[in-house]
Amino acid sequence: MSEPVTMMAAPMRLDYVFTPGVAQGKNMHGLERGVFIGQRCPKCKKVYTLSRGSCPTDGVPTDEIVELSNTGTVTTYCVVNVPFAGQSIELPYICAQILLDGANLSFMGLIQEIPAGEIRMGLRVEAVWVPPDQLGPTMASVKYFRPNGEPDAAFETYKEYL
Amino acid sequence: MSGFPALTSGHRPVGVVSFAQHDNVRRDGEHNDVEMLLPVIAEVFGNVGITKDDVGFICSGSTDYLVGGPFSFVGALDAVGVWPPRAESHVEMDGAWALYEAWVLLQEGEIDSALVYSFGRSSPGNLSEILALQLDPYYMAPLWPDPCSLAALQAQALIDTGRASEADFAAVAARARRSALGNPKAQLAYDRSPEELLREDYEVAPLRRHALPPLTDGCAAIVLAAGDRAYELCERPAFITGIDHRVETHALGARDLTRSASTTLAGQKAGVGKAGVDVAELHAPFAHQELILVDALGLADDVEVSPSGGALAANPIMSAGLIRIGEASTRIWSGLADRAVAHATSGPCLQQNLVCVLEGV
Repeated sequence: MSEPVTMMAAPMRLDYVFTPGVAQGKNMHGLERGVFIGQRCPKCKKVYTLSRGSCPTDGVPTDEIVELSNTGTVTTYCVVNVPFAGQSIELPYICAQILLDGANLSFMGLIQEIPAGEIRMGLRVEAVWVPPDQLGPTMASVKYFRPNGEPDAAFETYKEYL
Repeated sequence: MSGFPALTSGHRPVGVVSFAQHDNVRRDGEHNDVEMLLPVIAEVFGNVGITKDDVGFICSGSTDYLVGGPFSFVGALDAVGVWPPRAESHVEMDGAWALYEAWVLLQEGEIDSALVYSFGRSSPGNLSEILALQLDPYYMAPLWPDPCSLAALQAQALIDTGRASEADFAAVAARARRSALGNPKAQLAYDRSPEELLREDYEVAPLRRHALPPLTDGCAAIVLAAGDRAYELCERPAFITGIDHRVETHALGARDLTRSASTTLAGQKAGVGKAGVDVAELHAPFAHQELILVDALGLADDVEVSPSGGALAANPIMSAGLIRIGEASTRIWSGLADRAVAHATSGPCLQQNLVCVLEGV
């Protein structure tokens, strides 16, 4: 009698067309121009960046478009020291939540041009974009964020965004 | 206030008081899921003059496999706005099963209303491949059988019993698409004779193009309310007097595909046969499945079947079942029907079925 089958391989792969929607489409076209786009909720007046088109608090469309600053504040961060598959950045590097000036929602970004030991909450940073001919409708248009030389932001200015 | 109907399921009368659905389209390449849901949620609340702050529970039905992104149901909550934090749940199923969960919670008496919604798009991926992944992972899924081929096996088995013919499938499709002419949300509607439809080529024998559902992007929402609250929101609520769902084995070879034992059992538990039925909205994506469902539910010849056109008119994945409950409810609200049956299905070849009896007073 032959050996019982104890394992089988069933490879699978699914391909998708991504629909960003109207709101994310505007964000992506902003990135194409080297500009961060935010959207303001008509009710609570909060400005969301990388919005999906709705205020998650009020459940209403965020139709008002706001051009955001190129500068922001590190609200919190993580220093990555562990190598992993697909790693493309030299260790250690800093991953931070960045609250752009004028926005009410932070997002994750790479921090460079500062030793890992000097990263801190409240650090003021600015976006560094890829060269104009390489800009595209993607977050890859933002190379990274770096300190912009301003004094650290006071904790009170970002404590609601942790 | 007009009182409440006798209940087969549960002990607390819960009524469908509002229903909204998105336009059913082949491909909405402009809006993301949240943007599709926003107007539907606004409409379903607006119909009865309430807001998100007035419902005690939110339950949704969807599947991440359709857009290929994790936790898309969490993102979809942005279309409702869940602040302050509120009780919320999700089923990886058609919205009809989300409605069932909300109905169960309403039975407990802690809350008196709930929002149910579902969303899904057929267009972002290859639906035939995506649906193959719901099959058993050892014997069926590695073969990647598409849903039309599986349905065709079921249709051929039905023909082989002698209980139905290809002409019967064409008659179902002709009637459904003609009914759909009166449904402004229908995606596929026409007035063509069964004879004309029978001249179409086979897609997968014995199913011709007319026997297949359209591919649809869409979403839908319903508001449920219990007891007196139902009458505050709706003049003639469609009370759920019976609701039940049953599932059969996923081993297709172990089922009699020409019968729907789970529909029959769910229908009995929901009390379908306790009184006459005026209208039945059946979730039969393939034409021959309507014949199996009518048989399984024991519906009389005079029952009006799927006046909306059913899933043959629009088949928004994850919502087509919930829409059957919504469509049946509109017949109760308007007084066109006093007693309606709504049915939802999931899985290949009618594997899992939910039956809901709706009554007006």
